[in-house]
Amino acid sequence: MNWVALRMLLGDTTKFLGIVFGVSFAALLMAQQSAIFCGLMRNTTAQIRDVEGADLWVMDRSVQFVDDVKPMSENKLLRVRGVEGVAWAVKLYKGIARAKLTDGNYQQVIMLGLDYDNRDELGRVVGEPRPDRIIVGDWHDLDQPDSVFMDDFGWRYMFGDIPFELGHTVEMNNRQARIVGLVKCNATFQTFPIMYTKYSQALQYNPPESKTLTFILVKAQPDVSAEMVCERIAAQTGLQAKTNDQFFWMTIDYYMKRTGIPINFGITVMLGFVVGCAIAGQTFYLFTIENLKQFGSLKAMGVSNIRIIQMVMLQAIVVGLIGYGLGIGGAAAFGVFFEKFVKSAPPAFYFGWQIPVIAAVAVAIIITISALVSLKRVLFLEPAVVFR
Amino acid sequence: MTTTTLSREAQPNAVTESALGGATRLTNAAIRLSDVTKSFGVGDNRTVALKDVSLDLPYGEMVLLVGPSGCGKTTLISIVAGLLEPTAGEVEVLGQNLTQMRGGKKVRFRGKHIGFVFQQYNLLPALTAVENACVPLLIAGWNRGKAIDKAGHLLDAVGLGSRLKSFPNQLSGGQQQRVAIARALVHDPQLLVCDEPTAALDAASGRVVMGLIKQVAVQPDRAVIVVTHDSRVYDFGDRIVSMSDGEISGIEAGSHRSPSPPGERGTGN
Repeated sequence: MNWVALRMLLGDTTKFLGIVFGVSFAALLMAQQSAIFCGLMRNTTAQIRDVEGADLWVMDRSVQFVDDVKPMSENKLLRVRGVEGVAWAVKLYKGIARAKLTDGNYQQVIMLGLDYDNRDELGRVVGEPRPDRIIVGDWHDLDQPDSVFMDDFGWRYMFGDIPFELGHTVEMNNRQARIVGLVKCNATFQTFPIMYTKYSQALQYNPPESKTLTFILVKAQPDVSAEMVCERIAAQTGLQAKTNDQFFWMTIDYYMKRTGIPINFGITVMLGFVVGCAIAGQTFYLFTIENLKQFGSLKAMGVSNIRIIQMVMLQAIVVGLIGYGLGIGGAAAFGVFFEKFVKSAPPAFYFGWQIPVIAAVAVAIIITISALVSLKRVLFLEPAVVFR
Repeated sequence: MTTTTLSREAQPNAVTESALGGATRLTNAAIRLSDVTKSFGVGDNRTVALKDVSLDLPYGEMVLLVGPSGCGKTTLISIVAGLLEPTAGEVEVLGQNLTQMRGGKKVRFRGKHIGFVFQQYNLLPALTAVENACVPLLIAGWNRGKAIDKAGHLLDAVGLGSRLKSFPNQLSGGQQQRVAIARALVHDPQLLVCDEPTAALDAASGRVVMGLIKQVAVQPDRAVIVVTHDSRVYDFGDRIVSMSDGEISGIEAGSHRSPSPPGERGTGN
């Protein structure tokens, strides 16, 4: 009888496509909007993921997210180093500089100043991009005065289609900055170009302040957990210390709670769900109603209610699977297209495994609701109706 | 209350009717109704569709159930087919007490022992003629290939051997009803229930369909009940049971006219 159920479903092409369209539209909208939302949220944590090598981020107690910079005095570094369980601690400058372009315009850039005076246990500069992230240039060129590395998207953002020119200069705080290379960075939420330089150099590109230290990057000793070191730092220095993971989620939590982004995307996702429910549910219901006489005949001929439920659920599962596949495929295709062909904006599309799973659950709910609404009519149908 | 007994042994045109209690009931009736009452609604809205109907119907005959609209014909066959529960009385079909039969058992009983022919054919539009005809076998759990084979033979027998793969919308009303007849008989039921099988057909097609039922369906071990108000086909019945206001108002033997085999009349549609 499963075969009969499928033939009934596929026999009405218009309604079949209508139901599939409803489900795929819902899956597409929910998955695509969720992926953009997750992408945007991930972009808020770009620097946390870009600056590698340390276990902990130490910052002022009032900092709420990675872009919420609250300068500290440099002696905090010494206090952190004195905490038991700290293997090493280095400075990180993170701030916004204002670059003057050759045409006279200004552009804000994210300035990352790495601590060249203090290195990790292997003598590397903490926060230095991995070699596979260097697109153009030699990282050691940062040893030259007034030199910076820039992210590739930032170059396109500032200079458009002009090919990268080694040694191109911009002016920041009345100082020349020579771009000696391009580095690949995670897309940022603010979309500002990112510049890497030495800590001491970064300070030159901003007006002088009494406090300049924005973050302290810490490595925990191998025998102590990062969380434990965080607690000790907080207790002994009064600063806020977070593991990479904690800082990542703290930043996302800020944007979730303090911006309207989740609500707006949530509304769109909910609309996708509701519209999907409405289209798929209504079409499936109409499909069933139009086949009510046939279902009545089947019941009269000896098809039990359990078998009817199996038939309707099979029909629902088939349209659900096809619609889900089309919707998720469409959303993934959108992401690929966006990342490959849209060069004017940073990619904000994160298609983690959770998204297809959540979309699958939502689609399952949609088709279950659709099937239940339809089943109600079929199950309570008196088989004697076939004689009326 | 009356008990009406019809038997194959009865003389043509004879009417057997006697008072309940003193009535001679068939020992091997295909259908036995005893004081069956069916009402719908409650209180002031209560409508009595059947009033204390008692009736025995034998195997091997085509019985026409006739009467004006609203007289209770459809209610009666719905109860006989196990699609409706009587409000009171006993219903015995093919030796099984349907009144005491519940839920899944009754559904299985219908699927195994009863064939249905509906006024509007009720074929599944997405299935071909042969696929429609094999549905009862699929319900019974047959392998699809074997079911289609058997249904194909039966469609051949009803004159549709060349239209096996036609969909219902490609067939005339008469042809669709022939598919419905094949579907009703494909699982060799012991009871065939037909509800106004000629109502949606023109006179010629109606006679072809009735002739087909008479020829293919009526067998010594099968009972056939046909509800109809089409007086043009009364001559096909072995017995004609008349109903009025929810009661059996009369029974008479039919004219036993022998139908021509399908196709000979040339009005299959």
